[in-house]
Amino acid sequence: MKINLAAVTDMLSFDAGADRVVPPTGFTARLTVFTAGAMAFLAVFALALSLASGRLAANWRDALAGSATLRISAPAAQMAAQTERALTILSETPGVAEARALEPDEQRALLEPWFGPDLPVESLPVPQLIEVRETASGYDGDGLRLRLQAELPGAVLDDHTRWRKPLVSAAGRLKLLGWLAIVLIFGTMGAMITLAANAALAANAQVIQVLRLVGATDTYIARAFVRRFTLRAATGAGAGVLAGLLAVVLLPGAGSEAGVLTGLRFQGGHWLLPLLVPLLAAVVAFAATRYAAMRVLGGLR
Amino acid sequence: MIELDEVAYSYGGGELLTDLSLRLAPGSFHFLTGPSGAGKTTFLKLCYGALVPTGGQVRLFNQDVRELDRDGIAYARRRIGVVHQDCQFLDHLPVAENISLPLAVSGQDRLAAQANLKELMSWVGLAHRAQALPPELSGGERQRAALARALILSPDVILADEPTGNVDWEMSQRLLKLLVELNKMGKTVMIATHDLSLIRAAKHHVQARVLRISGRKLQLAGADL
Repeated sequence: MKINLAAVTDMLSFDAGADRVVPPTGFTARLTVFTAGAMAFLAVFALALSLASGRLAANWRDALAGSATLRISAPAAQMAAQTERALTILSETPGVAEARALEPDEQRALLEPWFGPDLPVESLPVPQLIEVRETASGYDGDGLRLRLQAELPGAVLDDHTRWRKPLVSAAGRLKLLGWLAIVLIFGTMGAMITLAANAALAANAQVIQVLRLVGATDTYIARAFVRRFTLRAATGAGAGVLAGLLAVVLLPGAGSEAGVLTGLRFQGGHWLLPLLVPLLAAVVAFAATRYAAMRVLGGLR
Repeated sequence: MIELDEVAYSYGGGELLTDLSLRLAPGSFHFLTGPSGAGKTTFLKLCYGALVPTGGQVRLFNQDVRELDRDGIAYARRRIGVVHQDCQFLDHLPVAENISLPLAVSGQDRLAAQANLKELMSWVGLAHRAQALPPELSGGERQRAALARALILSPDVILADEPTGNVDWEMSQRLLKLLVELNKMGKTVMIATHDLSLIRAAKHHVQARVLRISGRKLQLAGADL
């Protein structure tokens, strides 16, 4: 689609006369500003949600990719020997870069969220965990499982795929939903501004008739409406974005561990992205009002 | 300037006007008369492109109105000053801004045209009412303001639809005098009116052609007026 820049600048150019020919409409103006503000506020949250979901998906993907856990369940007397045997098998497995048995303190830390501190891990039949890091080429998971099954029946290899994939997939979908919400928000804003512009055009039928009588072109007549609605939308969206940013700032920060609920704040350069919302709102309002105005004017001689 | 050639106009299945032919020559003065509902307003609307004929051809400044897009019609209207019976103002703007509206829509510098505006408002006797709002004006003042607005772009043609319909005899004579003066300045004038006394009064001041719409057709009148 070709955009006629001259027509756009002509439509937005300041003309005090064109602005004054349409009488001020307080209710429609307030409605448009409020709608744009509310939509911009929601857009900021949708954007924050989408970006946070993207970060979360990336974190999970990066943090867990290339790692696995070997869990050894054995009687206490055999635990040390089986752990030693497992480490040997892993060291002989092509594609395994590193294998390390977790220390009791590390295992205690893992269980702390459920059982509290000072858990006597050594006296409990807790499986021994071995952290496995794979090389870039990776290991043959099926082959390793078969060997472990043969030599250490109590060992279970968990490469995290089972729960990592759905989480990454869910985070990815959440990110897409965030973007879809943004598209819908701007679509709704466009629809509401079109309705408001239609109402304003209908309410000013007499003004349009007079302007036509004295030789006004469609562009001149539309300009008064387009400029007014564009400014209203940009103003409302600006206020909405400020409110949205304030609300996002007040959300708890995620620190280094981004979660869905605790990582909604923007990070780094992403703080600048909401500033595009008023601009987009203005573009949407411009297009919606121009469409409405030209459609209405096109039906009149 | 404005030419109608075997023009017909139908609306809602009924033919309102038929077989209308007329050429408004530069500097001519026409009266258009006929009973209420005869189609005088429709005829004038055909003359300034507000309606498109369903038959025949209307040419505005040598261009067929059917071939003109909406911008083309707008440009043609800047050369035709129209005065309506109900005047049609923007009620939220002062009289001076209403009168200078054609300057604004045609992109002319209104500051540069201030002198012309003041002169024009004085000429129609509204200099003291420049900042009044249209609803505050009397019927005669409204008609004169509408006339001033029609003249601000110095159009070639003035079309007036019942310009004296809402004013007393004295004011109608004043308006008529203004229109006759304009004609003497070289403007083409057409006045649609059912007021035959106005036509008779005009005959003392100007050489006018009187047309009558009767039976959906345009006829040359005059001898019986």
